Amino acid sequence: MSASRSGAPVKDRRPTRRGTASKPAHKVKRFSTTDKVVLTLMVVGPLALEAVLIWFPTILSVGLSFTRWNGLGDLSTIESAGWANYDYVFTDYPPFWPAVVHNVIWLVFLGAIATPLGILFAVLLDKKIRFSRIYQSIFFLPVMLSLALIGIIWQLIYSGDNGLINSALGINGTHHAINFFGDKSINLWAALIAQTWRHAGYVMILYLAGLKGIDPTLKEAAALDGASFWQTFRQVVFPAMKPINTIVIVITIIEALRAFDLVYIINGGTNGLELLSALVVQNLLGEGQDLGVGSAIAVVLLIVSLVPIVFYLVKTFRKDAES
Amino acid sequence: MSTAIAESRKTVSGTKPATPSRNGGTYLFLTVMAVLWLVPFVWTLYTSLRPKSVTDAHGYWSFGGGITFSNFEVAWKSGFEKYLLNSAMITIPAVFFAILLASFVAFAVSRFSWRFNITVLVLFTAGNLLPPQILATPIYQMYKHLVLPLSFADSGSLLDTYYGVIIINVAFQVGFCTFVLSNYMKALPSDLGEAALMDGASVWRQYWAIIMPLCRPALAALATLEVIWVYNDFFWALLLMQTGSRLPITTAINNLKGEFVSNYNLIAAGAMITVIPTLVIYLVLQRQFVAGLTLGSTKG
Repeated sequence: MSASRSGAPVKDRRPTRRGTASKPAHKVKRFSTTDKVVLTLMVVGPLALEAVLIWFPTILSVGLSFTRWNGLGDLSTIESAGWANYDYVFTDYPPFWPAVVHNVIWLVFLGAIATPLGILFAVLLDKKIRFSRIYQSIFFLPVMLSLALIGIIWQLIYSGDNGLINSALGINGTHHAINFFGDKSINLWAALIAQTWRHAGYVMILYLAGLKGIDPTLKEAAALDGASFWQTFRQVVFPAMKPINTIVIVITIIEALRAFDLVYIINGGTNGLELLSALVVQNLLGEGQDLGVGSAIAVVLLIVSLVPIVFYLVKTFRKDAES
Repeated sequence: MSTAIAESRKTVSGTKPATPSRNGGTYLFLTVMAVLWLVPFVWTLYTSLRPKSVTDAHGYWSFGGGITFSNFEVAWKSGFEKYLLNSAMITIPAVFFAILLASFVAFAVSRFSWRFNITVLVLFTAGNLLPPQILATPIYQMYKHLVLPLSFADSGSLLDTYYGVIIINVAFQVGFCTFVLSNYMKALPSDLGEAALMDGASVWRQYWAIIMPLCRPALAALATLEVIWVYNDFFWALLLMQTGSRLPITTAINNLKGEFVSNYNLIAAGAMITVIPTLVIYLVLQRQFVAGLTLGSTKG
């Protein structure tokens, strides 16, 4: 809808002579017909792709959540279901509330441990320290790996039969062996440690880039005033890092909501590793296909996701919108 | 005199005059963490290089017994060659089109004033932040119900085709690329385009001959980052591919455990093969990759 409207350039605004020196606005002057067509296509093409493959399916998800459909028959077999799917998900669907709890734990763990660890790495490595580059490269290595691969690599560490930890303790293959990924009372934590291995490096890199951008004289002034390292960080560095802090917060929340690959590789997102994203997929590809129920869970995930997304968009684009 | 200056400079440039104990603690902490960080990686590499006969006899927590590349050979022949090729067939076009389309939008919204500039940027940026599972069900059904000639896709639909996986990757990544490129283009002096317009250059010429060449550093960084991201994508191929031999490598490793059961040497070798392309980029283009990551976050 907005695609067609935004496809047309703003009506020829001639440069006014009001001395608007403060805003060097690059107003569009005159376009030839070809130029108009080219510009319109440049925006409308990608926008159509985005609309058809991202926003239309998002709306369809909401629609499907009010229907009953196993997805096998054609579209005429879709039945209206009212709020029944939501009713079922909230009150009767056994893995739903565990999944919500696990997503919350995922978020809290990343927010309380993985993200602060990455910030700590960045702050320490930003000090004039020897071998800083080598440390950075090491912490950064897992960021290059897919979470699916991280699941495989940590399986080699965690396995009860042949894993590093159990083998080193000499209890592998015995009944004392700890089955980190198989034991439903600990596998969430084991997965979170594997996720931290990647997440901390990610946060470190973002934070380091921000720290490098801070005017060093600020820190020097604080040091001259006798501020300690941590005082300087709390009172000078951290406030100056506002944009990066926003990004890190948003990334932490989004990663917690998006978590999927790791638990899917471990056991398909079952037995202690239920997550909302995994439940959607189980209802889509699993045996008891129920697209209505899957979509209802997807909508819950959507609504929760919109909180950090809107927060981020407001922070990022508010200034642009005002100018 | 000069020593006094040097002295005072030392105090100023370090945030605090370094006391050995404080820095000692920092080094100790960082070194312990760095070793911990390397363990999973080194262990995987070590396991992948050991003969199965040795680990069978002495267990995995043992040393010596020689190294071998035979695990890599077996893994390679079991399909990894094909999977890597599949990854290339998906990653290269997806990254190319994501960046191309993003550069179009970024150019249009950052170099000209439109009424819906911000709306467009918001739509693109937000689309990139959604968890993909929210779209999974409708995308799967849309792909399934889109009837295509068999000459184009042997499934008769977009399911189980490279096109399908490529297109959704483009759609998902174009948001982030647009965001990054539009910020970069906004920072270019505005009179560049004005001067070109005065000279009668067309909009397309402005884009292609003036703006794009200036964006080379951003394009290089973005391309590196996107190659890694699309290569590492697990979900879309899992959802949309049905024929095992068409899977890209990141999704195919899901089958590693089942295929090699408890042959950890082979699993480790498969994991290492998967890492190789990323590792090459990590060693050669790490700076570009980091630049790509931070480009997206430098906006105030």
